[in-house]
Amino acid sequence: MRLNLKNLSIVDSLLWLIRVVVIVLVLWGSIAGLTSGRVDGEGWGQFFVRCTTSTDVGTIQCMGKYSAETWRDFFIFGLAQGGIYALIALGYTLVYGVLFMINFAHGEVFMSGAFTAYFVAASFSDSGFMDQNPVLALGVVMLVSMVTSTIVAVLLERIAYRPLRRAPRLVPLITAIGASYFLQYTFRGLYGSGKKVYPDVAILTGKWMVFGIPILKTQVVVFVAAVILMVGLYYFVQKTKTGKAMRAVAEDKDVAMLMGIDVDRVIVITFATGAAMAGAAGVLYGLLFKQVDFIMGFIPGIKAFTAAVLGGIGNIPGAMVGGLFLGIFESVGPSLFLEGLGVPAAYQLKDVIAFTMLVLVLIFRPSGIMGQNLSDKKA
Amino acid sequence: MKAQTFDVKSVFKLGGLGGFTLLYLSLVGLVSNFVTRDVISKTMSLSFAFVIITTFLFGYLTARRTSRRNWFYAVGGGVMSGAIGIACLIILVLLTAPLNLQAVFVNASPALIKVLTFGKEPFTAGLLPLTGWAVVSSLTGAMVYMLPPNIRRAVIAGVVAVIAIGTLAQLLSDVVENIFALLGNKRASGALLKIFFAKKGLSVSGAAIIFVLTILVSAFSAWRKQIVAAKEQSGAAQTQTPKEIKIAVWIVSLLVILLLPNIFGSYLSEIVVTVAIYTLMGFGLNIVVGFAGLLDLGYVAFFAIGAYTMALLTSNQMGQTTELVNTGLSFWAALPISIGVAVLWGIILGVPVLRMRGDYLAIVTLGFGEIIRVLALSNFLQPKIGGAQGILGIAKPVVFGYELVSSQQLYYLVVAAALLAAYVSWRMRDSRAGRSWMAMREDEDVAEAMGINLIKTKLLAFATGAAFSGFAGAIFAAKLGSIYPASFNLLVSINVLSLIIVGGIGSLPGVVIGAVALVGLPELLREFSEFRMLIFGALLVGMMLFKPEGFWPAAAQKRELHEFESEEVEAHPASEAA
Amino acid sequence: MTILSAKHVTKRFGGLVAVNDVSVEIAEQSIFSVIGPNGAGKTTFFNCITGFYTPEEGDIIFRGEHIRGIPADHITRQGISRTYQNIRLFANMTAIENILVGQEPQLKSHWLGAIFNTPGTRREEEYAHKEARRMLRFVSLRGMGDHLAKNLPYGAQRRLEIARALASRPKLLLLDEPTAGMNPNETAEMTDFIKMIRDELGITILLIEHDMRVVMGISDWITVLDYGAKIAEGNPEEIRRNPRVIEAYLGTGAAGLAKPA
Repeated sequence: MRLNLKNLSIVDSLLWLIRVVVIVLVLWGSIAGLTSGRVDGEGWGQFFVRCTTSTDVGTIQCMGKYSAETWRDFFIFGLAQGGIYALIALGYTLVYGVLFMINFAHGEVFMSGAFTAYFVAASFSDSGFMDQNPVLALGVVMLVSMVTSTIVAVLLERIAYRPLRRAPRLVPLITAIGASYFLQYTFRGLYGSGKKVYPDVAILTGKWMVFGIPILKTQVVVFVAAVILMVGLYYFVQKTKTGKAMRAVAEDKDVAMLMGIDVDRVIVITFATGAAMAGAAGVLYGLLFKQVDFIMGFIPGIKAFTAAVLGGIGNIPGAMVGGLFLGIFESVGPSLFLEGLGVPAAYQLKDVIAFTMLVLVLIFRPSGIMGQNLSDKKA
Repeated sequence: MKAQTFDVKSVFKLGGLGGFTLLYLSLVGLVSNFVTRDVISKTMSLSFAFVIITTFLFGYLTARRTSRRNWFYAVGGGVMSGAIGIACLIILVLLTAPLNLQAVFVNASPALIKVLTFGKEPFTAGLLPLTGWAVVSSLTGAMVYMLPPNIRRAVIAGVVAVIAIGTLAQLLSDVVENIFALLGNKRASGALLKIFFAKKGLSVSGAAIIFVLTILVSAFSAWRKQIVAAKEQSGAAQTQTPKEIKIAVWIVSLLVILLLPNIFGSYLSEIVVTVAIYTLMGFGLNIVVGFAGLLDLGYVAFFAIGAYTMALLTSNQMGQTTELVNTGLSFWAALPISIGVAVLWGIILGVPVLRMRGDYLAIVTLGFGEIIRVLALSNFLQPKIGGAQGILGIAKPVVFGYELVSSQQLYYLVVAAALLAAYVSWRMRDSRAGRSWMAMREDEDVAEAMGINLIKTKLLAFATGAAFSGFAGAIFAAKLGSIYPASFNLLVSINVLSLIIVGGIGSLPGVVIGAVALVGLPELLREFSEFRMLIFGALLVGMMLFKPEGFWPAAAQKRELHEFESEEVEAHPASEAA
Repeated sequence: MTILSAKHVTKRFGGLVAVNDVSVEIAEQSIFSVIGPNGAGKTTFFNCITGFYTPEEGDIIFRGEHIRGIPADHITRQGISRTYQNIRLFANMTAIENILVGQEPQLKSHWLGAIFNTPGTRREEEYAHKEARRMLRFVSLRGMGDHLAKNLPYGAQRRLEIARALASRPKLLLLDEPTAGMNPNETAEMTDFIKMIRDELGITILLIEHDMRVVMGISDWITVLDYGAKIAEGNPEEIRRNPRVIEAYLGTGAAGLAKPA
């Protein structure tokens, strides 16, 4: 990082101003939102005492417009969607770690799996197999999704990215943007432009009690599956020989090559691993949000990228934490501070929260909140 | 040597790849969606042309791998690869109904089967001619490869010309008609049109004439090139275009520009206006991306800002969708304000990203663009800018009391704007500012070490880009008369980026070429709209892989030799340097 | 007369002290060399002077002005200009455009002037082009002006980089290993050329160089860095005999040092 005194006075003061404004807006909004339950005529002191001493957890007046249960549900939904973001974010982080490129088309890799697996899920559901043997059926659906995503990503790497590995940095990015649209509209051509509704799975309807809290079964399954996959991936990268080779390539491609590591193969495996995670995320997305279509990859892709940057791109645990954080923030945020600021229909701006966070993180802390795992010499 | 044997492996590989391509084209829908567009009347639709072109191409590629300059190998390889390719397609045709493939692949439809089997009943009867066509075309491809290079090039040019002209037949015949109408000779046009064009597509005779003519022209130009090259080698002086010819070219192009709306008619003028709006934006993004090397994916934001400012200032129906009142400004009063507001936002959004480079900059600007789009759509700003209902009743530009309403009238305004942008781009490129941009693009650190103020230079690029984009937005709003947030999505940014990449990053003529190819052509081929982004995506990838400099690359400026002669006369002593 | 003096300059990267309490005084119109083993902090020291890095401690005074912490472009405008160890030309610009960019501190025209093609701008551009062509001849690149920088041969690229640096009309020119990768003939030519810059243009030269023959042949004064710290300074004869210098170089460049140049 360079420091220029003269520039500091102009640009940096503006940047600081932006930081302050954002923080003030969020805090002000949150406080205004949370205290909107204050009854007319009630003093601040009274309000504070009433809220801190009240034993009624569900009391509306202390938590803004929403009850404590609602806030909890927002939070749990945020965890589930955060798990999906985290899984997708892993793909960005892995590829960036190894190639220092933003695989802009990763969102489409995610879409390809989810969209393809829909047809398997739908046919299982129609034939009744899904309800007779739900675990096996979901397993097959997930496998199909992961395999599809992996094939797409490997082809993408082979055809579009490998020949450009030594090109200037913007060239692979533009290629990735092109590939992103190519994939979107390929799948639109193949499967049509309509939205497809993932079938309901009988055993996943309703709620489970987890630690005495009723939670929608799909959310539990999505979150648990995401965590299992992430732990598995972490183990794979840290403990297996291939994982070590991956980290060696991330550290220094040329040295890794001298050490006898087949760099091309490792890069393909990196893409494949990231894609498999994205494919799994695709099915979880289908379970949680029910709908899939050909442009479903764009927004989650950008958000997962945000998550990856939040956690420090190239940093695997960082991507996981970043994903969960973004998921929760996005789920709670609109109701928490946007409504507090008096924004009507705040849920419409949920994407603005994610994008704003992306922009702010990239501007102010491009190395992420958890720092970068890799040397930033090439970044 | 082993190389003399027939390379069966390559045949299978390329044949398989050809089959995969055919399956892809069929399932994505390119084959079934162009049935009604005849390239050659009643003989070949564009749909079937895709199949023929693919087999031709793979026949050619196979021959390149297997021929070893042996006609027998070439023909064998071509035929085999064509057969393998078409076998894949036949399997698809046979399996479609029994497996109910359409449940998954929407384009595995009866329409597709009908195209591939020539509408024969039962469809299996069509498989034989299908195979025949495919084998013949891949055989032709293989044989074309075996021709001497000059003739090969001419033949390929002929094929491309027939397909291109055939695809655009309807349009071209209209243009020819308009030209003759302008010259006041209707009868000649009728006769001429009859030779070349049928009701749909080219007539067979027209296709043959065009094919032969193209071959002749292409052979002639190759022959001329050879002569010129020989002359240059023998040291003959370079022939300079005389001044009179240059002036004549200028006058003719000016005339063409002025008369274009009349030649093109209203439908084509509409398209030209859209192309010109994109050209205007392209010149702006070309400064940001092409000159200054700042990849801006949120470029649409300034287009939107320009359009919304124009709308807010000139709409006479503000009350309908928003809470604001009419200001009743005219187009011309609102135009500088719109551009100014866009520039202001260009700077506001430019400041936070001053320190950012490369791909992070791209993502942040993409974020800006999306934020603005979502905000424009939201209920939050609805009372101000109309939300999803947009803004209606935007004023039309008035010139000397004439209101420019139709595209044929607006054409002059947009083309003037685009020419202005081209002029400004050109002047700035060759100035101190342009050199600073390019230096920054090449190496930011060194540029700064050379004394370039990066902050000013970057902001100037962002501001100029935003100005052109805001200008385009303002015209866009005035042209439509009403605007909706849906018009300002990321795809606009991607379109503009694609067109400057296809034309050639940093190249001014490239912007125009790119806009015509990527905005104009898809508008002309209405069936393409569905596949537009598919083709753009493929183009971006393909350009980066095979032709990163674009189709009209930015040429290096000749500065030294240009003025050498005058220098010699002045004869400054070299030792005086610095 | 001292043109540049650095006082106790220290630059750290995290725990690493790249430049440690280095002080130098550079006399006007001298050729001043900085030598030292690889990783001794020479280039970092350059970067501190040119404003690419801001040293944590110390002061840098150029012609009576404090320039520590001033942005790089301002320092260039005050009369310091540089070349790079691994040639960093604007690869996709022509040779003459590279030089024109180097003239930036000399140019005043506004972009509005360019758009309206005002007489002032036109005059300035004409003058700049003429100067650039002269500069091109000065570094013997006449006729190569319209070639893209990346297409020039290696030696020409080195000279073009110097021409670009000279175009800003510096008082002090920093050359970072100008003879790297050159054969003995080219090296000798470059050495003469550096001398010529000093003698004909009167520009002070601060040089980083590995080739001891070059350093010993043309330097008026030499400073030796090792592990970021200054371990010796003096004229070539003193440096040649300094035991600490020989020790620092042992195993890397001792052979070149032992033999008199």
